[in-house]
Amino acid sequence: MSLLHLLVLSPFILALFIPFLYKWFRNVHTGWFILPLPVLLFVYLIQFVSAGPGLGFEPIMETVPWVPSLGINFTIYLDGLSLLFALLITGIGALVVLYSIFYIANKKDEPLNNFYVYLLMFMGAMLGVVLSDNLIVIYVFWELTSLASSLLIAYWFHKEKSRYGAQKSMLITVTGGFAMLAGFSLLYVITGTFSIQGIIEQSQVVIESPLLVPTVLLVLLGAFTKSAQFPFHIWLPDAMEAPTPVSAYLHSATMVKAGIYLVARFTPVFGGTSIWFWVVSLAGLITLTWGSISAVRQKDLKGILAFSTISQLGLIMSLLGLGSAALYFDVAEEGQVYTVATMAAVFHLINHATFKGGLFMAVGIIDHETGTRDIRKLGGLMALMPITFTISLIGLASMAGLPPFNGFLSKEMFFTGVLDATGLEVFNMQTFGLIFPVFAWIASIFTFLYCLIMLFKTFFGNYQPEKLEKEAHEAPIGMLISPIILISLVVIIGLFPNIVSYTLIEPVMNSILPGFQFDVNLYHWHGLNTELFMTLGVIVFGSLIYMNLGRWQETYFFLRERDPFNQVYDRGLDGLITGAQGVTNVQMTGLLRDYFAYMIVFMVGALTVTMYWFDAFTFAVDPDSMASIPVFAAIIVALTAIVSLSLPFIHHRVSAIIVLGVVGFLVALLFVVFRAPDLALTQLLVETVMVVLLLLCFYFLPELKKEDFKPRFRWLNLVISISVGLIVSLIGISTLALSDTAQFESISEYFIENTYELTGGKNMVNMILDDFRALDTILEVLVLGIAALGVVALIKMRFKGGEDV
Amino acid sequence: MKTNYLMLHTITRIVALIILSFSVYLFFAGHYTPGGGFIGGLMFACGLLLLYLSFDLNKIQTVLPIDFEKVIAIGLLIGLGTGLNSMLFGDPFFTMYFDYFNIWPFGEVALTTTTPFAVAIFLVVVGVALLTILTIAGDEA
Repeated sequence: MSLLHLLVLSPFILALFIPFLYKWFRNVHTGWFILPLPVLLFVYLIQFVSAGPGLGFEPIMETVPWVPSLGINFTIYLDGLSLLFALLITGIGALVVLYSIFYIANKKDEPLNNFYVYLLMFMGAMLGVVLSDNLIVIYVFWELTSLASSLLIAYWFHKEKSRYGAQKSMLITVTGGFAMLAGFSLLYVITGTFSIQGIIEQSQVVIESPLLVPTVLLVLLGAFTKSAQFPFHIWLPDAMEAPTPVSAYLHSATMVKAGIYLVARFTPVFGGTSIWFWVVSLAGLITLTWGSISAVRQKDLKGILAFSTISQLGLIMSLLGLGSAALYFDVAEEGQVYTVATMAAVFHLINHATFKGGLFMAVGIIDHETGTRDIRKLGGLMALMPITFTISLIGLASMAGLPPFNGFLSKEMFFTGVLDATGLEVFNMQTFGLIFPVFAWIASIFTFLYCLIMLFKTFFGNYQPEKLEKEAHEAPIGMLISPIILISLVVIIGLFPNIVSYTLIEPVMNSILPGFQFDVNLYHWHGLNTELFMTLGVIVFGSLIYMNLGRWQETYFFLRERDPFNQVYDRGLDGLITGAQGVTNVQMTGLLRDYFAYMIVFMVGALTVTMYWFDAFTFAVDPDSMASIPVFAAIIVALTAIVSLSLPFIHHRVSAIIVLGVVGFLVALLFVVFRAPDLALTQLLVETVMVVLLLLCFYFLPELKKEDFKPRFRWLNLVISISVGLIVSLIGISTLALSDTAQFESISEYFIENTYELTGGKNMVNMILDDFRALDTILEVLVLGIAALGVVALIKMRFKGGEDV
Repeated sequence: MKTNYLMLHTITRIVALIILSFSVYLFFAGHYTPGGGFIGGLMFACGLLLLYLSFDLNKIQTVLPIDFEKVIAIGLLIGLGTGLNSMLFGDPFFTMYFDYFNIWPFGEVALTTTTPFAVAIFLVVVGVALLTILTIAGDEA
């Protein structure tokens, strides 16, 4: 356990105390208890930021073994890339918590404890994702972020839309997560390690593997669903039903960037391959364009921001794809040129977090103070909310890419990146090179346009108090602190971009593109180059379209606010439910005997096929190696068989139970004969408890009826039971024969030799249960517990007559 | 139907005590001889079941007001706790420790972390057995 492990776990630990803090200090807003944690973590992390050029710190790696035998360890890896994300998570986290204290009032019916538990869970999970080195650990935290985020989206769960959005985000991101897990497993198959750094060392092996294409696609599916890339972006607009602090935190600054993080993290592994280059950069480009065009037709301020986030994430993704081309070349060769794209991606990532976070908070303020986010109702707020106006103006100018704000710088670098791509002569780029600058430019025009729409429709024009739910006025100062800090960062980074270049960007670049040299010096004036003219074009065309917006908005395209891909999702979900109902109706007949028949037939089939496949049926048993059967054992076995055979002919429940009990006690006797007192004891006790339980259950059941089956059914049952008996006997014989030929040492030898030395106990069975295989035991007991709770739920909470589930 | 169960009640009182103490013995014996958390727990459950069977359900519930759902939960938490504590010392999940100590009246005693783990199993088994049976028995339908 190092401090860094504690850092990841601390939000979870604090979350344990929230319900109590919430209960005991009803008068204090629960958020105040949370606030110190992200601040503390941020202050701790900032000490790792490098002081100047080339002073990047050595990556730190700390391991706590978890399941070392499977290569799963809780390894923390802190390098430039994870540091940047961790700073974003804790820094913006602190600001969001502060903001939320004022946003979500401390009312009696507001479940603040839920909110902050989810938020902390999310923060810890996110830190876990970016700081872990082990793929399985990353996966666990990754899914935890999905879970926490959908809980946060459904925070106001009485609203139908919230539940819909939560379910949608959950379904899409978790499906992607599963795909990613499959990709991780393939990576393990290829390299034999779950450690990312270990995989990076073997990147050549990965690239040459025949499994490269499926691995890349599966891993990217996880990244794309999380980062809302086209066509998986549809969950993000619906996620806007979450409280605004959540949107600012999860849906702009952190969680949606997890996919970006993953792509950046895996660039050293997959970068330089054509599949990675094309899929990442094209998916990003399509998302960028589609997101910016869709944003224009939104009427809800948060909807605009959601699509804007989608589009900006596409931009970063596309840049990462373009930048990965650098790895195709040698470090010393012409690859240097293409690193600009990666640098733009990193820089824009930082900028996006600052201005989008600020904008979300500003929209939250507008929503909070006027009661609506609909741009058709808003207008003329400039004079009434001057501070919010200033915040929005700077944020929007930065997002639109206007000087002197930070968005301008990263957008110029973005243009440089796409223009460089046209010169790329690998991966068929000669023919398709031009689409990058063209689409980037079109997307930028629309970006400019929706920034104009947001600004003018909200703050200019006529103030229409009759359409608003509340009288508009400026927000309380507490709510303004966080956006002001973020927007100041926009200005500061814009004016002095080099404060982030050596401290943050350079270490990140070293992580994404190890070994390359970068010129991270950022400056405003690039000369009269193509990029500048592209920007001027964006401003001119954007303004022209805005002036003619009235005409544009009449078109069919602009009237449709919902994304057409939602229909695919909705229909797919409906189809899934219908299909599942169809399958269920066939399979779930409600008759236990049918279930047993299904299970047993499947089991017999699987066993037969497997044994046949591996040619494992053998009957060459050496007669000398067989143990002689003592007479009393034979008698017990014969008795057991006779008693079992008599069971089907008993038509009285209590007698059936008693006879069944006899079988159980005979088996216990067999255990005694073969000197397994532990098993015998267990069997006896279980038998006793079972008899009591069954007698209790039978009290409620009707009398046994004479079974009346069709002959066909009887024959089928006979066939099934005979085949079960046959396969079990065959397996038994084959096992004996195989153990003769294979001469494997029995596993019990190991336990006989080591039990006392390793555990200090002499009861081997018990030591296996409690020590060697404790994990199995606790999970089995967990299953028992769940089953018991199932019984309680079925009996105590059942529907009372007539109701249907 | 009101019947006098004097014999049953008297014997049950004595026998239940014996079964319960035997289950505790079994639990601790598990380290070296047959027994352990699972068997001890089942035996304990049997003892309590005997009480429930011979006396009235409600009567026992007033004497032993135990919420078996909580017993299961506590058991599981203890079990996971013994698994997690090894991670604090930098060992893999569910590493068990043992050592010998000289404790005054007993002399040299082996202390091991499997004991709390066995306690966890014991609690869950008792909880599951009784929760299931009592829920079904207490059902009025």
